[in-house]
Amino acid sequence: MIALLIRDLRLAFRAGGGFGLGLGFFLILAVLVPLGVGPDPATLGLIAPGILWVGALLACLLSLDRIFALDHEDGSLDLLATSPIPLEGVVAIKALAHWITTGLPLALAAPVLGILLNLAAPGFGVLIVSLALGTPALSMIGAFGAALTVGLKRGGLLMSLLVLPLYMPTLVFGAQAVTRAAQGLDAATPLLLLSGITAGSVALLPFAAAFALRINLR
Amino acid sequence: MASLWEYANPVKFMRLSGWLMPLSAVLAAGLIVTGLIWGLFFTAEDYRMGSSVKIIFIHVPSALMAINAWAMMLIASLIWLIRRHHVSALAAKAAAPVGAAMTMIALMTGAIWGQPMWGTWWAWDPRLTSFLILFLFYLGYIALWSAIDDADTAADLTSVLCLVGSVFAILSRYAAIFWNQGLHQGASLSVAPGERMDLSYRMPLYLCMIGFGLLFLALVLAGTRTEIRARRARALLTRERARA
Amino acid sequence: MELRVTELACARGGLPLIEGLSFAVGPGEALVLRGPNGSGKTTLLRTLAGLQPALDGEISCPPEQMAYAAHADGLKSTLSVRENLGFWAAIHGVSDIEPALEAMNLRDLADRQAQHLSAGQKRRLGLARLIVTGRWLWVLDEPTVSLDAASVALFAGVVRAHLATGGAALLATHIDLGLPEARVLDLGPYKAEIPADLGFGGFDGENGGAFL
Repeated sequence: MIALLIRDLRLAFRAGGGFGLGLGFFLILAVLVPLGVGPDPATLGLIAPGILWVGALLACLLSLDRIFALDHEDGSLDLLATSPIPLEGVVAIKALAHWITTGLPLALAAPVLGILLNLAAPGFGVLIVSLALGTPALSMIGAFGAALTVGLKRGGLLMSLLVLPLYMPTLVFGAQAVTRAAQGLDAATPLLLLSGITAGSVALLPFAAAFALRINLR
Repeated sequence: MASLWEYANPVKFMRLSGWLMPLSAVLAAGLIVTGLIWGLFFTAEDYRMGSSVKIIFIHVPSALMAINAWAMMLIASLIWLIRRHHVSALAAKAAAPVGAAMTMIALMTGAIWGQPMWGTWWAWDPRLTSFLILFLFYLGYIALWSAIDDADTAADLTSVLCLVGSVFAILSRYAAIFWNQGLHQGASLSVAPGERMDLSYRMPLYLCMIGFGLLFLALVLAGTRTEIRARRARALLTRERARA
Repeated sequence: MELRVTELACARGGLPLIEGLSFAVGPGEALVLRGPNGSGKTTLLRTLAGLQPALDGEISCPPEQMAYAAHADGLKSTLSVRENLGFWAAIHGVSDIEPALEAMNLRDLADRQAQHLSAGQKRRLGLARLIVTGRWLWVLDEPTVSLDAASVALFAGVVRAHLATGGAALLATHIDLGLPEARVLDLGPYKAEIPADLGFGGFDGENGGAFL
């Protein structure tokens, strides 16, 4: 399992592996929003939590179809399915690799973009925490969507359609946590609910995703 | 007594639905027309909401069926995953567009009602938001069905999506409540004491609800019959090609 | 340890291809599957490897004892030969990849990225994976595609060495591998009849013409 994680990370960091694409997308979005909305600091501060969370979500979505599609094309997925590692473990590890290369950098970079968007000072801590807690759920739900559409031609667009409604609770609780913190309110409740979604997704979705993969391989 | 599972056999299902479908369609038409005429022309106007309140005779039944259609798809998906009855998978497939249409009707009648009441066509109220999300779930489910060639693969994958989607749809509902407490009035037919709807309103509303339920049944049966015939036709074609 | 297949039936895309197939492969044996294109060789091998369910019949050997190799080698173009092979070795709990590199004559290429290999070299790397799985039964689908004559001989030697250590191999191939001891199984006689109720496999018997 560790070997699979190391391989996926190594592939992501090598040339053409796609590491940094999500981060770049996130940065461009944070630059474009003030250009579209106008430079008023009060307005930007008001919408900053939502923009940052929507941006992180879209950046995650951008790289989802790489989770299984490349391994499916070159035959690795067949070989992994016949390997001693259970397919559920393969799904979980690949989602983890996706999170390390996408969600974690987003969480770490978000405060810098928070400055660009004039996020209120009390929101910064919760911004990092909420993204760190919530993006694993985004990766895991995304892995499920990718598993559903892995064999399909042009599955990427369909996968977005399937995954976006599933992202709704994560987005709401994540963005609400930051909004509340930025207003000086207590953000514990949405953070706990967010952790609950992440824990539930990580515990259950590998099984659903592995089931979908087995069907797509046969 | 004959087991319910007998109707998992397409022949028996076709025989049963052959008379059940037209019967429920006629009953649905009768009940809905009666309910609507009664509701629209023979009930008093609400002292606060005027005549606009009468849109509930479409709004509430369609909203009810929008949710029940998903529940039916969930049950049908489980039956397919556990017992592998093809009719069940095809019924789930047939229910999805009907459910999506019901959701659309509920959203549109809600908008028409909301405009005079709240002064806006759309508000990001928890109920409205939940229904919009439900509509997106229906779209995704229908899109996944239509994207996959192999019928069994499509049935398996859409069933998993339906299961996972159900959990997330419920989560979305609570997320939406958490997100915004909302303008929407409480359930129109709540059993709790307090502000209850007058009997003169409830009777036609019940008629319309039963009518919409039967309409849903008729449409799903018709859709399932079409799907079974399409499967049959495709099977015959495949056989001809394989023999050629 | 023996693979015993009894009355196996398998299908591709809902269309039955093979039925009533029985054979056995024991340690030290190689079995070559023959049959024209579309006769179900790939389907049979995928079914044996557990990638798709059998329609009917029994397979005595669990997929966990088989090393499956198909047309795609599962190579990552940005990883070196050593990294690619090391990954599959680690997945199968093997740490030493040197014998496999040696056997498939890949030692000189070990640090080259897979994208700079020729088709035949990639194939050799894909087949080297079989050695590091440590599994006794090799299930191979067209293993010699894009190999030159020298590499085919090399591969035949590797298979023979595997058989000598108590392994077994099941090969679907069109060319002569130079393995005279291998038995040949022609899939032709096991071609499935197209059933009258095709496409309604899951439905109970009496379909008749009731739908049309």
